[in-house]
Amino acid sequence: MADLASDSPAAAPRPGSLAAGSARLRKRRRAELRLKIYGLSAIGIAAAALIALLSTVVFQAGGALFTTYFDKEIRLDTDFLEVTPSSDPETIRRADFDALIDRSLEQRFPLATGRQELRELHDLVSGGASFELADHVAATPDLLGQSINFDLIGSDTLDLYKQGAYGQLDQQPVNGLLSVSQLEDGSLAVSSSANDFADALRQVKAQLYDDAERLRAQADRQQNAVNVYGERADAAETAEEREENLADQADAIEKRDALLAEAEALVARAEGAGGAEEVDEENVSLFLKAGGGWMHLTEVNRQSGTGEMLTQVDLPIEDSENWSFHIMPSPEADRPFSDNQIAWTETLKEAGLIERVFNTRFFTAADSRAPELAGIWGAVVGSFWTMIVTFSLTFPVGVLGAIYLQEFAPKNRFTDFIEVNINNLAAVPSIVFGLLGLAVFLSFFGMPRSAPLVGGIVLALMTLPTIIIAARAALRAVPPSIREAALGVGASKVQAVFHHVLPLAMPGILTGTIIGMAAALGETAPLLLIGMVAFIVDVPSGITDSATVLPVQVFRWSDFPERAFEAKTAAAICVLLTFLVVMNALAIFLRKRFERRW
Amino acid sequence: MNDMRLIERAVDMDDIKISARDVQVYYGDNHAIKDVGVDIEDKTVTAFIGPSGCGKSTFLRCLNRMNDTIDVCRVEGDIHLDGEDINARQVDPVQLRAKVGMVFQKPNPFPKSIYENVAYGPKIHGMAATKAELDEIVETALRRAALWDEAKDRLDTAGTGLSGGQQQRLCIARAVATQPEVLLMDEPCSALDPIATSQVEELIDELRANYCVVIVTHSMQQAARVSQKTAFFHLGNLVEYGETGKIFTNPEDERTESYITGRIG
Amino acid sequence: MLFALFLLVPVAAAAAYVTARQRATALSTAAGQRLHSRPQHHGLHSALWVLIAGWGALIVLTVVGEALIQRVLMARISDALPDEGPLQWNLVLSDARSFAQGAVSSEMDPLRERIAGAFSWMNGTRLWLTVLATLGGAAAAAWWTYKGITVEARARVQSETIIRRGLAVMATVAVLTTIGIVFSLIFETVRFFNAIDWQLHKFLFGTTWSPLSGVFEGEMDADKVGIVPLFAGTLMITLIAMLVAVPVGLFAAIYLSDFANHRVRAVVKPVMELLAGIPTVVYGFFAAITVAPLLRDTGEAIGIRVASESALAAGLVMGIMIIPFISSLSDDVITSVPQSLRDGSLSLGATKAETIRKVVLPAALPGIVSAIVLGVSKAIGETMIVVMAAGQGPNLTGNPLEAMTTVTVQIVALITGDTEAETAAGPAFTLGFTLFVMTLLMNMLAQRLVARFREAYD
Repeated sequence: MADLASDSPAAAPRPGSLAAGSARLRKRRRAELRLKIYGLSAIGIAAAALIALLSTVVFQAGGALFTTYFDKEIRLDTDFLEVTPSSDPETIRRADFDALIDRSLEQRFPLATGRQELRELHDLVSGGASFELADHVAATPDLLGQSINFDLIGSDTLDLYKQGAYGQLDQQPVNGLLSVSQLEDGSLAVSSSANDFADALRQVKAQLYDDAERLRAQADRQQNAVNVYGERADAAETAEEREENLADQADAIEKRDALLAEAEALVARAEGAGGAEEVDEENVSLFLKAGGGWMHLTEVNRQSGTGEMLTQVDLPIEDSENWSFHIMPSPEADRPFSDNQIAWTETLKEAGLIERVFNTRFFTAADSRAPELAGIWGAVVGSFWTMIVTFSLTFPVGVLGAIYLQEFAPKNRFTDFIEVNINNLAAVPSIVFGLLGLAVFLSFFGMPRSAPLVGGIVLALMTLPTIIIAARAALRAVPPSIREAALGVGASKVQAVFHHVLPLAMPGILTGTIIGMAAALGETAPLLLIGMVAFIVDVPSGITDSATVLPVQVFRWSDFPERAFEAKTAAAICVLLTFLVVMNALAIFLRKRFERRW
Repeated sequence: MNDMRLIERAVDMDDIKISARDVQVYYGDNHAIKDVGVDIEDKTVTAFIGPSGCGKSTFLRCLNRMNDTIDVCRVEGDIHLDGEDINARQVDPVQLRAKVGMVFQKPNPFPKSIYENVAYGPKIHGMAATKAELDEIVETALRRAALWDEAKDRLDTAGTGLSGGQQQRLCIARAVATQPEVLLMDEPCSALDPIATSQVEELIDELRANYCVVIVTHSMQQAARVSQKTAFFHLGNLVEYGETGKIFTNPEDERTESYITGRIG
Repeated sequence: MLFALFLLVPVAAAAAYVTARQRATALSTAAGQRLHSRPQHHGLHSALWVLIAGWGALIVLTVVGEALIQRVLMARISDALPDEGPLQWNLVLSDARSFAQGAVSSEMDPLRERIAGAFSWMNGTRLWLTVLATLGGAAAAAWWTYKGITVEARARVQSETIIRRGLAVMATVAVLTTIGIVFSLIFETVRFFNAIDWQLHKFLFGTTWSPLSGVFEGEMDADKVGIVPLFAGTLMITLIAMLVAVPVGLFAAIYLSDFANHRVRAVVKPVMELLAGIPTVVYGFFAAITVAPLLRDTGEAIGIRVASESALAAGLVMGIMIIPFISSLSDDVITSVPQSLRDGSLSLGATKAETIRKVVLPAALPGIVSAIVLGVSKAIGETMIVVMAAGQGPNLTGNPLEAMTTVTVQIVALITGDTEAETAAGPAFTLGFTLFVMTLLMNMLAQRLVARFREAYD
């Protein structure tokens, strides 16, 4: 290092020639590459999250696009309904169309007799179908006494079955000839001349292993409980507490042993070679179609089995080759759509009476507790009214306030305070605005609950800082020369601002406003607190009607246990996202179209 | 600095440090540098002059490939440093910039202490094995930049707290600390007051003993004061290149003369 | 009716504008000299006063009248039903009101009919008074300004003063909102602390949160209002969220600002904006429907029990939500570190990575810390994701695989739950107040940090 100070830098150590990559340089380059890779993977993670989110939603939403209808011939029996064409329309509407539809289904499937079976049969049709039929008949009373073809809306479970949500009915190849005869106890003896059921038997046995596995997993969980109670008992401070835990432990041990024993039994059954195997509702369902009707098997062997009639079958069948065999892989106990319902649905489908059509109701109806009847329109209109209120408050107040702060406000402590306050308000959690709305507008001013009026005001207050900040930025971007030019020809400050600065800042202000409104449109939490989460079946017609909004509708539906609501939720999200995308696109368009560089 | 000195200096023409041929620079569609070719000598101060927007700074940034950092910028042509093509594929700009240091128009010390500012380059290049070595490098660099006496008692204070002239000398110290062979200076005095300017100019003259210095300036007086060779750029072209004394007293090109006499600028 | 009246006022103002302008024009012609203010300024002046008087009367009478009617009727109901509580009184009142407005009411009795009668009389009177005062006020304002039109009248100056004041009033709405928030929160918070005899330590350090178990109206058990389990859940979820959002957001910001070319930026920036624009309820759905079951099943497959409402699921998704927030704020500060510093470092032969690590990031540090603080504040206040994907029951644990609840979840549960509003409001608003104070402090800290950054580089 001594030569550093000399006048001969050529003799000093060099970082190396240009081309030669030293080991140190390679290391430094690798560090750079690593940073780049971290950055790229970060972006990849964000993009993957977005894709996962959107594809979940879109994939789920598909189920809500279509709905299932029965095209059913119904005789409008005046005696049964106790009305005549000359009755008052209101009376007609109140007639028992529900029972009429049920009766016409029962006539179609006379085998359904038990309470459970009848309920399953009635459940094929949505509860909303009778209202539609009633409205239709009330509008044209002359139909009474005639037979009409009417599209009855199917229930949500029927629709899910049609979508394949419970698995597909899987047709098996058959080689033999089928014989079916009725035994004394009413069950059917089924046999084929070939080993047509061998594969099914294998599946039934495999299912037993799965079941045993599941039972063992449950037993494991009980074992956990046993351990936990044991630990608690050991750590217990009082004898009483100890006793309690030991009792719980004993319970858990008992449950565990029962589960394990059950699993053992299942495995033993599965391992027993050959022989008839019972097909219970925990196992796959085996369907036979022959003799003009449907059966399912309750016991199966390679070539034979015991069956049960689901729809009317012409007996006896002898050496018929005109039959088919189907397996439903999901166990009956796991799906809310029974074997009976499957048989009825398939029968109706063969008759060409079931159709899946585009679900217009989803876009025109308001909320309902029944998934097949629920629609998004009520929430869309609710959102519309709420946004009207929000916009008409927040836009003028925000823009005028921003003009004051940017153009007129003297620099003093009060305006500083307002500035700090606006910045802080922008970061207040939205739920706090909900509490504000609850305390001030509902409790203090006594405004109506669940109304777009209150929701709109709360969202307006929440959006206000965003709009003020955006509007100020837009005003700040207008160069001072514009103001000076206006003032220079003798305009007052107010005139300069309103005639020259504001119009130039308007595109920027509008962009900020649209983005703020989009945020307000997607906001949920504060609205929950002011009661917009109520169940509202009417489309609101004004800002003081009870209403719900799109994001709250999403929240409500996501909370319902019915599986069909999952698709509705996703579809509602799609509608919401569509609105947001349109608004954001508009904002981007405005920004691009009117962007001005000074 | 008097004209006598300019004349008495005999420059060895063989000692060429940087040689550029047919350099073209494009900013997007804008052709900013056209067919520039120049040989820059070692141990010499070379000044680039010309009206603003003439491309002199752009060309300077080609010499240590700082233009790489600008997305839309594209450089063509050959630039050789000691006979090596700096735009060759196997050349790492990082390596190049360690050899070709740069000082910018506005002093840009890092928001760190004076010591850390100067030690930054040696540290990243691994030039010092021990703290003592690093201390020595920092001291040498600060001495070369004529800042040692002012800064030695406040090495731990922020570099941004110095005055403008001191900041610029700190930046020069920072550049010198990596022991470059070439120092590029992009209008190093344009943000400084006259006193600081003369200090920096004196420093440049001293640096000539060790380095090949290239300075861009919009001040003809400055060029005349500090440089031995001068290149005049106009609208992206290198109009004239030669001994500073000759350019200022007897320019060959009409445009150079117009600029020198203040008719274009 | 009132809405029509509200719209009528601007119409009247427009009429006043035209009349005043004509009068001023006529005056100018008659006097043969220039007025101080142009005729349209006289028009504007007149119109502004009509608006102020009309809308002012309308709003004051509506609000005051409503409150007055409410108070009088409530007094009558409480006199008639001294044994009932406020809830029952409110019910009677709303029944009576809906009956008076012609709706079918659930239940009718003589008291309700009497109150309904009183309500319709009072309401009718108020309506007419409002109409009278609004139109009268507007007319008076028009007349007064009309008389004031003279050659010397400084209508422009006066109307511009009104406009400036109006603008200033608009600017204070934000302040009023803050005051409203603080007062509405403080009122219930004080009531709540009164109910627990100001045993603040039990609230702040208690480990049992079950404010509604076995309480009678307005009474609280101080041993069951400890917020520690709520904060444990909130902080756990926030921590998980930040562990996702900070590295991802920061590295994305670094890549975008210093490595990406403009084409990559043109694609990635909208993706980030899209992520930022997705409503939180959608993230909640994603957490509850996709992420939570995925975690549970994965856990089951490798033999770890993961609760289906685990803090991990909520935290992960919340992290995804905050990524664009952190990345855009950090991107802003990183890009506003001057290019000259980068050039300085690069010209010394530093690589881009070294420049970022040793020069850019240290310079941008206050801004980045501020972004992280804001991100934490956002995570703490976030509601929908945790309402949909986190647990309901307070659970003091350090295991992120278990269900944990948060402050915001409890606020929603208390307010939307079945408990009577009077009782639930206390703990809910107190939690809200705590949340408000926390986020406020964080925001102020963030602003101070950012101000320090801006001072250095703007």
